[in-house]
Amino acid sequence: MPDAKSPTGESVISVDKVVKEFGPLRVLDGVSLDVTRGQTVAIVGRSGSGKSTLLRCIAGLETVQGGGITVCGHEVGRPGSAARAQLRRDVGMVFQSYNLFPHLNVERNITLALTLVKKQSKEEAKKRAAEVLSMVGLTDKIASYPEQLSGGQQQRVAIARSLALQPQVMLFDEVTSALDPELTAEVLGVMEDLAHHGMTMISVTHEMGFARRVADVVVFMHQGKVWETGPTADVFANPRTAEFKQFVGSEL
Amino acid sequence: MIQLSFNHVVYLVEAARWTILLSVIAFIGGAMVGLPIALMRVARSKVLRGLASGYIQLIQGTPLLIVLFLSYFGLGILGYKLDPLVAAGISFTIYAAAFLGEIWRGCIEAVPKTQWEASDCLGLNSFQQYAYVILPQALRIAIPPTVGFMVQIVKNTSLASVIGFVELARAGQIVNNSTFEPFAIFTAVAAIYFVLCYPLSVAARTLERRAHAGR
Repeated sequence: MPDAKSPTGESVISVDKVVKEFGPLRVLDGVSLDVTRGQTVAIVGRSGSGKSTLLRCIAGLETVQGGGITVCGHEVGRPGSAARAQLRRDVGMVFQSYNLFPHLNVERNITLALTLVKKQSKEEAKKRAAEVLSMVGLTDKIASYPEQLSGGQQQRVAIARSLALQPQVMLFDEVTSALDPELTAEVLGVMEDLAHHGMTMISVTHEMGFARRVADVVVFMHQGKVWETGPTADVFANPRTAEFKQFVGSEL
Repeated sequence: MIQLSFNHVVYLVEAARWTILLSVIAFIGGAMVGLPIALMRVARSKVLRGLASGYIQLIQGTPLLIVLFLSYFGLGILGYKLDPLVAAGISFTIYAAAFLGEIWRGCIEAVPKTQWEASDCLGLNSFQQYAYVILPQALRIAIPPTVGFMVQIVKNTSLASVIGFVELARAGQIVNNSTFEPFAIFTAVAAIYFVLCYPLSVAARTLERRAHAGR
């Protein structure tokens, strides 16, 4: 498949002919995808095309029925995979519904995994929380509870919470779909910053503007397959399939 | 005609202490057994889930009165003669555990699945997910129905009178046997039950409103 090589070219995520079924329904039908270090990949497509499922498979939230996924050297997607704990250290995931812990304040949302999983001291963890909050521009919300924040602020905290663990890869699952345009812009701004700082990331998104501006590679999914993919500029300039043409046309 | 004397009322109030004691035993015992039952009901293992739901179905499908008969008279015939308080405590623990287990299972399941996923993605293991993310949220959901169920426990302790445990209801019967003032006596008994239960009912309603209002 076409591949926009980043300077290092080291493969970080390798998805090989993955098949995922929910009962009789085949959601992913032989999907392959390679992401190299520092690359930003945008996965686009209609609802039901399998793009979120692909991301969830990469995150290790789903088991797959065929093919294989390797992320940062860890095999993912097989039941009982021993590499799971290791995978968690290297991959951060942000969800459409933020999924902050409502009973904990912003700081504790961030420090929880630092103290429990990374075994950091309280002081270390708090320092790290302050760092990542300043990266997403929410230093003043450190003591707030999630329900006191706007959707955009909650999503930025969720991104900060993931970043605190210093993952090698960030996965974004339609993270702005629940937000109005203004809040969408502030979240996309944070993601753009990350991309510019060299974070390897895959983003399932409906934001074509974001995909065009930030992504190195665009993956268009259709009927559980990678229908069309390539360097962002090429793909948008010369859509090869009728489905992608129609999709891009409808988004504009 | 013998009037209901001050001493009779004192006797009833003193008996109410046993009602309170049995209620407390039932609640603590029920909670200690009910929490594992609730956790088993949502466990990954089919065997654990089956055991817990079998227990719940068995106890919810059996009158509490029969459980009391079994643990007092039944075990007595088998040679294990229990003190009425012990027999009642065991019976109410068995009974409360089944209901609390089922109430709390619902509360655990009411925490959105995405909270599991988010904490999983942060690297928390199952125990940490329960202890730091799921159960604290389930607890908040559980308080109103749990307090509501405590009202049921308090009222149902009156059934323990049938195995000779002298709590409030039995004390009422005893006073009535000597005074023949059933209307006055059982009105007094009802009033005492009400005084015990009403604050719990109010608390349950208040907590429920607060839970709906958010954090």
